[in-house]
Amino acid sequence: MERLTFTYAGGRPATRNAKATLAGVVGSGNLEVLVEPVAQDGAVTIEVTTAAVGFGRIWQAVMDDFFARHGLGDLRISINDVGATPAVVSLRLDQAIETYLGGGQ
Amino acid sequence: MTSYYEASARERVAGLLDAGSFIEILPPQERVMSPHLLQLDTPAAFDDGIVVGEGRLGGRPILVAAQEGGFMGGAVGEVHGAKLTGLLERALDTRPAGVILLVESGGVRLHEANAGLIAVSEIMRAVLALRGAGVPVILLDGGQFGCFGGMGIVARLCDAVIMSEEGRLGLSGPEVIETTCGVEEFDSRDRALVWRTVGGKHRYLLGEAAEIVADDMAAFRAAAIAALEHARPDLSLAALEAEHAGLGARITRFGACRDALDIWRDLGFEAPDRLPLLEADAFRALAAGRRA
Repeated sequence: MERLTFTYAGGRPATRNAKATLAGVVGSGNLEVLVEPVAQDGAVTIEVTTAAVGFGRIWQAVMDDFFARHGLGDLRISINDVGATPAVVSLRLDQAIETYLGGGQ
Repeated sequence: MTSYYEASARERVAGLLDAGSFIEILPPQERVMSPHLLQLDTPAAFDDGIVVGEGRLGGRPILVAAQEGGFMGGAVGEVHGAKLTGLLERALDTRPAGVILLVESGGVRLHEANAGLIAVSEIMRAVLALRGAGVPVILLDGGQFGCFGGMGIVARLCDAVIMSEEGRLGLSGPEVIETTCGVEEFDSRDRALVWRTVGGKHRYLLGEAAEIVADDMAAFRAAAIAALEHARPDLSLAALEAEHAGLGARITRFGACRDALDIWRDLGFEAPDRLPLLEADAFRALAAGRRA
C-alpha cells in the first residue's frame, strides 16, 4: 500500500455546520471518501491510502483537478482506495462533496 | 421501488428506519479500524464494514446494525464483530423494542483468523443473552453476498429472519461446498441450483425464514415493523425441545431428497419447477398452508 498526502491553500471555506460525510465503499476498483470539516485557514488536506503503488503522479493530477473544480477549503478529506480508476475517484469525490454540502447523512 | 439488494449498508439503514432517526455509534470519522488488515498491508475501511447505532422503526426505539457486503464480503473481523457485540450488549442496558440486524456476510474474515472466529462466537452469545432478557432480535437477509458461515448460525439464533428471494442463507456457501466436495456435489456457478438450495423461497418453505418479501426497501421495512410487533423471544426448554423435534421430523421427511425440487414436490406443489418464477406476493399466497 502507499500513503499520499496533498494540501491546497486558499480554498473557499465549505459550509461550517456540515457533518462528516462518507461516500463509497472499500471494494475492488472502488474507494471510500470521508469528508470532515476542519478550521485551517481555507486549506484542504487530502490523505490517500491506496492498494495500487506507484501512481502518485496520477493522484496528483486528479486532486489538482478536484481542487480546481470545487476550490473548497477548511476540509479534511481521507480516502481508502482499492485501485479505482481516475474517473471513479473524481466522481466519488464529487459525490462526497455534494452530500457534504447538502447537510451530511 | 428501491432495491434492498443493490443498496449499500448505509443506504439500507437510511431507507429502513424512520426518516432522520438514526444516530450512528462509532461513525467513520472515529476511525476505529481493523489493526490486522493494516499489518497485512491490505486496504481497511473507516467503519470496518459495519454501521451500528440507534434509531426508530415504526415509531419504536430500536438498535440497528448493517454489514457492508462491498467491503470484504461483509466478513466479520475483530473490530467489526466487537461493534456488533457491543451493540447487542448495549441493548441489554437500554432495552429497546428490538435489535434489527441487516446482515450481508460471508462469515468470518479469514485475514483475522482466530480474532474473527472469537468475534462470531461473542455475537452468538450476545444474541442469546439478549433474547433471554426478552428483547427480540430480527435479521434481514437480502443483499448480494447473502448470509453464510458464522453469520448463518447467528441468523438461526434470532427471533425472525426476513428474506427476499435474492437473499441466501446457509452455513457453508456454494463456493466453499464446491471447493471442498467437488463440482459434481455442488456447482456454485449454477445460479438456479444455488438459489433453490439456499435462496429465500426455499428458506421460507422450510420455515427458516419467517417472512419472504420482494426486493424492495419498503417491503423489508414493513416486514421488520410487523416482526418487531409479533416477536416474543422464547428460549425455554420446552421451546428448544419443540425446535429439535421439528428438525428431527424434517430430516425424517426430507432426508432422502436430492434436490430442493423434491422437497417442494413433497410439500404438495404440483409444478415445483415454476416456483422460482413467481413474484414474492404470488409465491407467498401459493405457499400458504404448504410450508414445512
